[in-house]
Amino acid sequence: MSVTAAETWRPRATQQGWLSRLFDNKAFLIVMCLAPAIGLLMVFLTYPLGLGVWLAFTDTTIGQRGIYVGLENFEFLFGDPIFWNAIFFSVFYTGVATVGKFGLGLWLALLLNNHLPFKSFLRAIILLPWIVPTVLSAIAFWWIYDPQFSIISWVFIELGLRETNIDFINTAWPARWSLIAANIWRGIPFVAISLLAGLQTISPSLYEAAMLDGATAWQRFRFVTFPMLLPILAIVMTFSIIFTFTDFQLVYAITRGGPVNSTHLLATLAFQRGIPGGQLGEGAAIAVAMIPFLVFATLFSYFALARRKWQQGESND
Amino acid sequence: MATVDIREVRKAFGSTQILHGVSVAIEDGQFVVLVGPSGCGKSTLLRMLAGLENITGGEIAIGERVVNNVPPKDRDIAMVFQNYALYPHMTVFQNMAFSMKLAGAPKDVMEREVQKAARILGLEQLLHRFPRQLSGGQRQRVAMGRAIVRNPQVFLFDEPLSNLDAKLRVQMRSEIKELHQRLKVTTVYVTHDQIEAMTMADLIVVMNHGRIEQAGAPLELYDRPANLFVAGFIGSPAMNMLEGHIADGAFHAAGGVRWPLPPGAPTSGEVIYGIRPEHLHLDPGGLPASIQVIEPTGSETQVLLRIGDASLLGAFRERISGAPGSALPVSPDISLVHLFDKKTGQRIP
Ligand SMILES: Nc1ncnc2c1ncn2[C@@H]1O[C@H](COP(=O)(O)OP(=O)(O)OP(=O)(O)O)[C@@H](O)[C@H]1O
Ligand SMILES: [Mg+2]
Repeated sequence: MSVTAAETWRPRATQQGWLSRLFDNKAFLIVMCLAPAIGLLMVFLTYPLGLGVWLAFTDTTIGQRGIYVGLENFEFLFGDPIFWNAIFFSVFYTGVATVGKFGLGLWLALLLNNHLPFKSFLRAIILLPWIVPTVLSAIAFWWIYDPQFSIISWVFIELGLRETNIDFINTAWPARWSLIAANIWRGIPFVAISLLAGLQTISPSLYEAAMLDGATAWQRFRFVTFPMLLPILAIVMTFSIIFTFTDFQLVYAITRGGPVNSTHLLATLAFQRGIPGGQLGEGAAIAVAMIPFLVFATLFSYFALARRKWQQGESND
Repeated sequence: MATVDIREVRKAFGSTQILHGVSVAIEDGQFVVLVGPSGCGKSTLLRMLAGLENITGGEIAIGERVVNNVPPKDRDIAMVFQNYALYPHMTVFQNMAFSMKLAGAPKDVMEREVQKAARILGLEQLLHRFPRQLSGGQRQRVAMGRAIVRNPQVFLFDEPLSNLDAKLRVQMRSEIKELHQRLKVTTVYVTHDQIEAMTMADLIVVMNHGRIEQAGAPLELYDRPANLFVAGFIGSPAMNMLEGHIADGAFHAAGGVRWPLPPGAPTSGEVIYGIRPEHLHLDPGGLPASIQVIEPTGSETQVLLRIGDASLLGAFRERISGAPGSALPVSPDISLVHLFDKKTGQRIP
């Protein structure tokens, strides 16, 4: 260590200008850093949401500024079987598609977590349905489900398994199942890749320990993999439920809510009533009706699944 | 409890040979330590015993049964992992009871067995905590508890103490040893710390590059190391090795070394003369070596000496003072000298 160097070197006296003093001010920094985010949120989220909620309580139509009508829109909707059908189908669609997506997605993730040949190639393939823009895949499904030109019908007929074309979207129940199948197909990659990421955080030595403890493959899944995956599962499921419940593109592109309004989701019905139908107030009321479901789904998966004692900081003895 | 017989076991990952024919016969109730430098294949051998790696060649028998194709859960062994591998989502109790739960044991049996193990290990107060709420030493104990409740034929430990601080390591060392004396279960313990090996083992197996260099009781390895590798590996501070040759019934090396030979030594040839620091003694008629560094530890004094261009460490009971560069006459204790062939590295007499 050199002593002389310590004597000759002095830190430069810090003469701060007003600008650098301003940037050292915590309050100023907080305001400055938050302002853009808050601004964007206000303009693009809070304002449309607020406007939507407001419209739901007015009788606005396209081209005519409405007046406040209280709960009139909701009273009307409560007596409207099409609205109730949309609620039923939204819940049904979300429920069945979520079960399908998570069943198949988890299965795929478990499969990909093993040592497989061409593993990275398979992972890339699995992402494909998600990379394709939804409308494009919706159009593809539209063709697949076409009453006359459906490739599935063609294959069945060529194989001699059927005489006639399959009815995919011309009657209510087949149309509902067809839409659910398309949604599952589209949702699997997100679930599979997210869960695969979760699986890879589980230390292999836990499986080895479980193996020595006498666990079968099923027991290793049941007692090690599944509980450790639950927190991630909960988050992925929350997102998936929200995306599915608010889905619009697939249904609108394939069936437009038909046949006879049997496949309307709340989102497609809201659009149908509000924009082509011109009843902005009523459409907004339908959209607002989605909010309680979404809040419930979010709270449920957050509290029931995501919060785990073994992960939290607090002690419990 | 059981014997473990490892016969000519080989392991290859792909085309890389890791173990080249390893044989160890372990008696019932013995505490065997596998020791060797990093990457020599200790963990691999242990994992093959556990059934976590398949066996490329040779045979492993636990008791009378060859277990080459027996899955881990049917081998009746318990393993303590280096990172403990506790299930993070289970409490200490659930971690320890997991194997019994899988086996479908009734609740009261589970409760009794876990309590018994917890008492042995001093974990009674911690049974309802999660692993993340435990200290390293406590986790280590839970991992041992999980092994104990299994009541296995063989315990396997893979460097269980390497994540602990020095003091805790010494404490856990004696706890494991005590546990073994109490339960008398055949144990295979992997470490790269030769002090752990010396203090705990009934039988030490020294490995290097996938081969066994020597197997024997701790003091046997200390007193009669079979080759240069074992000589350098066992004992702390490490043995001094001087290169030189034998002529006129004495050992000659650079710097004027002319030391007597142990009984049974050859009459000529290039050799390496090994002498442990604690087997050098002060001798007014001995070779004057020049002092480089003196390190008093209280109970003994370690002195780094220089002879010719070789360094030599001495550990003496006497208190020594002297300026660096001054001479300190020393002689080896002839009966405790080790000679090794310079070419093969094998012990000579
Ligand atoms: N799965 C594997 N694939 C390929 N090589 C491996 C694999 N596992 C271990 N090896 C190699 O086998 C050799 C022995 O590894 P091993 O883990 O048994 O060493 P070790 O003696 O336990 O060392 P350490 O003291 O560092 O734990 C190493 O060279 C390692 O690179
Ligand atoms: Mg190892």
